[in-house]
Amino acid sequence: MTRDSSERLERAIAAVSAVFDPEIPTVSIADLGMVRAVRMAADGAIEVDLTPTYSGCPATEPIAREVRAALEAAGVGPARVNWVLSPPWTTDWITEEGRKALRACGIAPPPRRAEANAPVPCPHCGSEDTEELAPFGSTPCKALWRCRSCREPFHRFKCL
Amino acid sequence: MTTIHIEETPHLCAVLRLADTSLVLAHRLSEWCGHAPMLEEDLALANIALDLLGQARLLYQHAAELEGKGRTEDDFAYLRDAPQFRNYLIAELPRGDFAFTIVRQTLVSAFFHPFWQRAAGSRDATLAAIAAKAEKEVAYHLRHCGAWLVRLGDGTEESHRRTLAALDALWPYTGELFEVDAVGRAMIDAGVLPDPETIRPVFEATVDRLLREATLPKPPATWMHSGGLRGVHTEHLGHMLAVMQHLQRAYPGAVW
Repeated sequence: MTRDSSERLERAIAAVSAVFDPEIPTVSIADLGMVRAVRMAADGAIEVDLTPTYSGCPATEPIAREVRAALEAAGVGPARVNWVLSPPWTTDWITEEGRKALRACGIAPPPRRAEANAPVPCPHCGSEDTEELAPFGSTPCKALWRCRSCREPFHRFKCL
Repeated sequence: MTTIHIEETPHLCAVLRLADTSLVLAHRLSEWCGHAPMLEEDLALANIALDLLGQARLLYQHAAELEGKGRTEDDFAYLRDAPQFRNYLIAELPRGDFAFTIVRQTLVSAFFHPFWQRAAGSRDATLAAIAAKAEKEVAYHLRHCGAWLVRLGDGTEESHRRTLAALDALWPYTGELFEVDAVGRAMIDAGVLPDPETIRPVFEATVDRLLREATLPKPPATWMHSGGLRGVHTEHLGHMLAVMQHLQRAYPGAVW
């Protein structure tokens, strides 16, 4: 790869990594584990593989639009966005950075799948004395919980 | 009024059966939006509908690829009439009361969870990928609706009575889930879809466990409805499509 093209690829990765989830604007799609690959295709185009979270998540289309816009703004030349279904997205792909960002905006991050029944600490006060109010919430990825210590309700990222 | 004609190969027909079932059931669930007995269930039913709608879209996109005539998911959803729909009849029945919706969603999820699990090993790579996603989503639906089934069955006298009535009304529609016609046989032989007979023991075990907890008697073996897979539908589907397709029929090609 020439220096020019590796520099293009780096700029593309930076641009894609800076796209945030429209529903959870403090978490980037890279930290959510939605960016599966950014590569230079044989024809010289930048190719981005994204994976959807939930099959029906309405944020999917705006995210693809924003990725295309980010690549264009970064001036990386011809670029393509592919949706890749397999292997299916799992919350285990959310990075540590992403988990921190979720907590910071009041959303309890999902447990690792292997520890799906671990206690759910309140993202506001840290207490583990919490309970589920409803297994579904305002977006496909979240459930409604409340803290019995600080009495605050909060969203919890569902474990998938 | 534009209606598209699809030349269905067995493979295309099999994918349309799954897509249509997901779409029609998603629409029935979405009818609860703003009408559910409580806010949390309004969100739950809308979210389950959204998952099914997402699965339907992926399946229609796959159908469009298989057909290879440049159609989109919207063409399949909006420009076919009832006899061209291939969904299981259980999906199209009117939503009924909350008990009816919960019993239907539990029965359908109890079938589709093991179905998608097995379909994730399909020789059709796209279908396998869709199945692997759907399996995880349906597991969550089954957990939620199963818990409600127990709560309603083992609840008040009225909730028990309504849940039992729903179960008796819906049970004769479960036989179709296990039907294998020539299309089904071809897909099983080609390794595209699982044989429903391998799903039956899992389905029965789930249903038996939930009904026991819900203090509901299992309906006796009975005559089973059939027809959806070959386009012979109940009177309800046409009415549902009239609502669902109205905008595209009235304003062809409208987008937003």
